[in-house]
Amino acid sequence: MEFQYETKTGCLRIFTPREIDECAASEMREEADMLIDNYQIRHLIFDFSNTEFMDSSGIGMLIGRSRKMGYTGGSVVAENLNGRVQKIFTLAGLPKLITVVKEANHD
Amino acid sequence: MIREQEMTIRFAAYPENEQFARIVITAFLMDLNPLVDEMADIKTAVSEAVTNAIIHGYENCMGEVTMTCKKQGDLITITVLDEGCGIADIARAREPFFTTKPEAERSGMGFSFMEMFMDEIHITSERGQGTCVEMKKQLHLQEGSS
Repeated sequence: MEFQYETKTGCLRIFTPREIDECAASEMREEADMLIDNYQIRHLIFDFSNTEFMDSSGIGMLIGRSRKMGYTGGSVVAENLNGRVQKIFTLAGLPKLITVVKEANHD
Repeated sequence: MIREQEMTIRFAAYPENEQFARIVITAFLMDLNPLVDEMADIKTAVSEAVTNAIIHGYENCMGEVTMTCKKQGDLITITVLDEGCGIADIARAREPFFTTKPEAERSGMGFSFMEMFMDEIHITSERGQGTCVEMKKQLHLQEGSS
């Protein structure tokens, strides 16, 4: 699986896949960490526009990335969550760790 | 008369097969015309149970997972069975955020999601023998569905 992403001066936007389960989560974990280190990312954005499904493996991956960014004082934002993904975020208490932005602010 | 139907699939414990299990459940329940939210709840619960079997039951080693689904009218019963290592402490495993694999970035929300998204969940497990998770959910059929 290949993930689409954009990088711009310390900022990484990851377009998450249609379904985030254990398979997708472990690939995203690896790829995101590689990009964060290589591009010295300070600001990480997960763009959920394409995501219809996420289970607890996705939550583990997001908490892990939030910790990783936290060590270096970086920030993590989640954008464009559909109702289902929003529900999963809320039930898992993710909004305490990751800033959820309702409307995308495309720059 | 309540129509009953049951199906069983057995598949290798590869993470790739989590998606397969979700697709099979969706297809099997399609004729009941479940609400979008109910279907999403069931897919999530199945994904959690199958992930547990693969990641924890077999710890990513070779093995097989058996999933059955029974429809009795609008009552759905799903069981996910593995013949893996079993669960040492079921009560602890059910606690939100408890995980035996924090280093692997597991969220510890698997059983919590199964409980939240299904009406009932029963776990039986034997060390070294395997684990069986049975989940039930009553569907709220939409107007016009049979």
